[in-house]
Amino acid sequence: MNINAATEFTDGSAQMTAADGAGPAPVRIVVAYGFWIFLLSDIIMFSALFAAYAVLSGQTAGGPTAHDLFELRNVAIETLCLLFSSYTCGLGTLAVERRRMPHFYVSFALTFALGAAFLGLELAEFSRMIGAGAGPSRSAFLSAFFSLVGLHGVHISVGLIWIVFITAQVAVRGPRDFVLRRLRCFSLFWHALDIIWIALLSLVYLMGAR
Amino acid sequence: MGKLSWSAVPLGQPIPMAASLFVILGVLGTLAVVTFKGWWPYLWREWLTSVDHKRIGVMYVLLALVLLLRGFIDALMMRSQLAMASGGAQGYLPPEHYDQIFSAHGTIMIFFMAMPFMVGLMNFVVPLQLGVRDVAFPVLNSVSFWLTASGALLVNLSLVVGEFARTGWLAYPPLSELQFSPGVGVDYYLWSLQIAGVGTLLAGINLVTTILKIRAPGMLYMRMPVFCWTALASNLLIVAAFPILTATFGMLLLDRYAGMHFFTNDGGGNAMLYFNLIWAWGHPEVYILILPAFGIFSEVIATFSGKPLFGYRSMVLATMAIFILSFMVWLHHFFTMGAGANVNAFFGLMTMIIAVPTGVKIFNWLFTLFQGRLRFEVPLMWALGFMVTFVIGGMTGVLLAVPPADFQLHNSLFLVAHFHNVIIGGVLFGAMAGYNYWFPKAFGFTLDKRLGQVSFWCWLIGFYLAFMPLYALGLLGMTRRMQHYADTSWQPYLIVAEVGAVVILCGIIATIAQLVVSIRTRETRRDLTGDPWNGRTLEWSTASPPPAYNFAAMPQVDGLDAFWEMKRQGLLVPREQYDSIETPSNSANGFVTAFFAVVTGFAMIWHIGWLAILGMACAVVTLFAFGWIVRKDAEISGEYLGAVERARLGKSELA
Amino acid sequence: MPDSNRKTSGPSSGTGPSSSSSPSPTATPTADRSPGVDEDAPSGSITSYTVGLLFALALTGASFLVSQTQLLWAPGVAVGLAVLAIAQMGVHLVFFFHLSSGPDNTNNVLALAFGVLIVALVVTGSLWIMYNLNLNMMPSSAIMEMRQ
Repeated sequence: MNINAATEFTDGSAQMTAADGAGPAPVRIVVAYGFWIFLLSDIIMFSALFAAYAVLSGQTAGGPTAHDLFELRNVAIETLCLLFSSYTCGLGTLAVERRRMPHFYVSFALTFALGAAFLGLELAEFSRMIGAGAGPSRSAFLSAFFSLVGLHGVHISVGLIWIVFITAQVAVRGPRDFVLRRLRCFSLFWHALDIIWIALLSLVYLMGAR
Repeated sequence: MGKLSWSAVPLGQPIPMAASLFVILGVLGTLAVVTFKGWWPYLWREWLTSVDHKRIGVMYVLLALVLLLRGFIDALMMRSQLAMASGGAQGYLPPEHYDQIFSAHGTIMIFFMAMPFMVGLMNFVVPLQLGVRDVAFPVLNSVSFWLTASGALLVNLSLVVGEFARTGWLAYPPLSELQFSPGVGVDYYLWSLQIAGVGTLLAGINLVTTILKIRAPGMLYMRMPVFCWTALASNLLIVAAFPILTATFGMLLLDRYAGMHFFTNDGGGNAMLYFNLIWAWGHPEVYILILPAFGIFSEVIATFSGKPLFGYRSMVLATMAIFILSFMVWLHHFFTMGAGANVNAFFGLMTMIIAVPTGVKIFNWLFTLFQGRLRFEVPLMWALGFMVTFVIGGMTGVLLAVPPADFQLHNSLFLVAHFHNVIIGGVLFGAMAGYNYWFPKAFGFTLDKRLGQVSFWCWLIGFYLAFMPLYALGLLGMTRRMQHYADTSWQPYLIVAEVGAVVILCGIIATIAQLVVSIRTRETRRDLTGDPWNGRTLEWSTASPPPAYNFAAMPQVDGLDAFWEMKRQGLLVPREQYDSIETPSNSANGFVTAFFAVVTGFAMIWHIGWLAILGMACAVVTLFAFGWIVRKDAEISGEYLGAVERARLGKSELA
Repeated sequence: MPDSNRKTSGPSSGTGPSSSSSPSPTATPTADRSPGVDEDAPSGSITSYTVGLLFALALTGASFLVSQTQLLWAPGVAVGLAVLAIAQMGVHLVFFFHLSSGPDNTNNVLALAFGVLIVALVVTGSLWIMYNLNLNMMPSSAIMEMRQ
């Protein structure tokens, strides 16, 4: 990193950062960076739960194991829902930045629908397991599983509420600066949830189902 | 109303009742005075809904000072109990009460005294030192403060309604599980700390973003004051460590409320997992506390030696080394839990290694003092007291880092003496140094020097009297958290310790007196130049107290100790013209959110389902409502700024 | 959640002892990038998302294959899944978050590296510690006997 000189861009304009001594960064950079730091702290919180799951995954207290309980077809559909919803979220963010509002609304409606489908499938899975006597109070393994996957589900729910809220803001306030900043934060959040799901898929479901 | 009933009020127990009455009268009395003097509009407008980092910083420090009193009273009670309860004597505190006292003492001192004090000082000083107008997210700053205050309120509510945890300040399972702690005490502990923990995490994100993205023009990383570097390291640790605390307390809450089996004895739970995770937070936590104190001492020692800080680069490197290493030592808190020799050896070695960068800092401070022209103002006295006291505490820490030695000393009074040695000698002395150093900047007049010296000497002498005997007692075999003891040969040591506690009490009284007297005689000690100590860093270039916008124009920084250079080169003149500034308007977001957080927390503690749902719903609505409204900023014109600056710099003796 | 901080506006509010009223050349720096903000040629970005989606689909499919079939040597499956997961996270970071190694992204990459370090320390540290602690615990059969 060049801390004493400006980095030249191909169009000849100088690119200065706060690290280069140009003064405070613009608000949208500050907001997105702050949210990025928050996301990292959230990932660390998940990692503490992951550690607990890894330690407790064998403690089934004589009850059902991961192999008994996980249905991978369901998990595959959930994964596709979330991945595609990340894609549509990305498309929606691009659309609003280019002021193609109908595209934005469609993309975000799809994002919401796919996220809601994910959540629905997950709730169905949980109630199936609880109905079969494999609820979170059955064993330490199940406590860890329900908490870890459940926390992700809670984040998805918050994200769904946020989609409604930010879409309403775009609709009523228009694509103003502060609305766009918040939209950017939402898309970071949504992509991060997909990243966490990758870890859940691989380390909880795929490992456990073997 | 869930588990709540009138029996929750401890009518049958005289000491909690007396304490509760005292607290209730104090609170009601304060509210009455404020109402009768008609101060509510002023308080609401200028303080409660303020998003100004300076106001928020002052409120944090005020919270810390009040909770210092509460935590210290707990300490006095413990010391008196132990001075009495020798041989067959039972003292005056029954065990179930004593257990709550030591738990509350630790919880309050760490979470609601030391943390808010440091966060408050960082909040106040860092934007000023960076030459900017506020932190990155001012409204979030207000929310953070009020969430911390909510946690403090909930802990103190447990005095009046219900009981507190009896599990120590970290609430280890299985004792903290529902089976062995069926009351509300542990729930008070967990909910108040979860709420305060969210506040702290948000403050950490705020300050990290500020330091990395919002600095005055020309302030490169290696031109930041050392206090900003230590603040950066401390807040990065907050961002990294507090999520672990949230997750771990969350798991314990799920065990208690949803019958899960993370840490229970049955169902496959593993209590040792709690120890591992909570100390993975707990060790970084103590570095979160001490790093800002190190930064304060760097500023104070440089200023009152009249010399630049020795070894700036190595200070920065040492700070970042401590920051990284602090995540690699946490097992030293449970050497005796049985991880075996290899694991213990690794963490023992890492613990010894982390002492090295601290040693580098000590030597740098010594070399700064060497051949300096020392001015023995109160902050410097605290710094000198720190250097001796903290080094002793650090050395006992290195001793404890040797696993075989720790097997003898773990959970003895030797351990208690060690951590009080470093926390009081380091964190508290740093807080007092910072308080005395930056008070004139915050309020426009200095604190009385004589009473400051009295306070310092009482704290120093009192500390040694109170804790040196504990080292001996630990080696003699006395364990911590004992309500009474059979070996009467321990009593003389405990009496000396009690005397020490009383001397510290005199120190606290002197601090209160210092504040009262200073306010009364403030006209004789006005700081008219903004630079009462001949400081080196940018906060001293503003008026005392600074205007809401801090700097009329952000300074252009060309090197380290920017203000010192500006003084030397005569650059402190008003500019020809100033651009207008937008300042953010106040927000009730923090206060309202905190109110609903307290309601929800209280409802969860007492299992009042409908109230908990209502509280949560209101908190969510608050979030959306404040997110929906578009806030109007106020504008301050360039002409006004010019007039203020010309008036201020024209008559100052600085330029 | 965070509100705008318009008080700390850019360097146009004074860059030197004698500032003039016209904004300095660096008044509106495009500055460094925040994660997720893409100021490159607009049409290129749909490509970025689509390519990322395709890679992610491929890696997801590969993960399922690795875990459910005999394609990979059995003891290596855990490592294989971890590698595929990390690769997919990388795909997300590059194609969806637009994280790159340029100087404008240094802060973002450093923050990510910090997060990854802490996660690694907490998870591997906990696993190592808990494994050793559990090793030294009394066998559960002996505990059951004690309980009787």
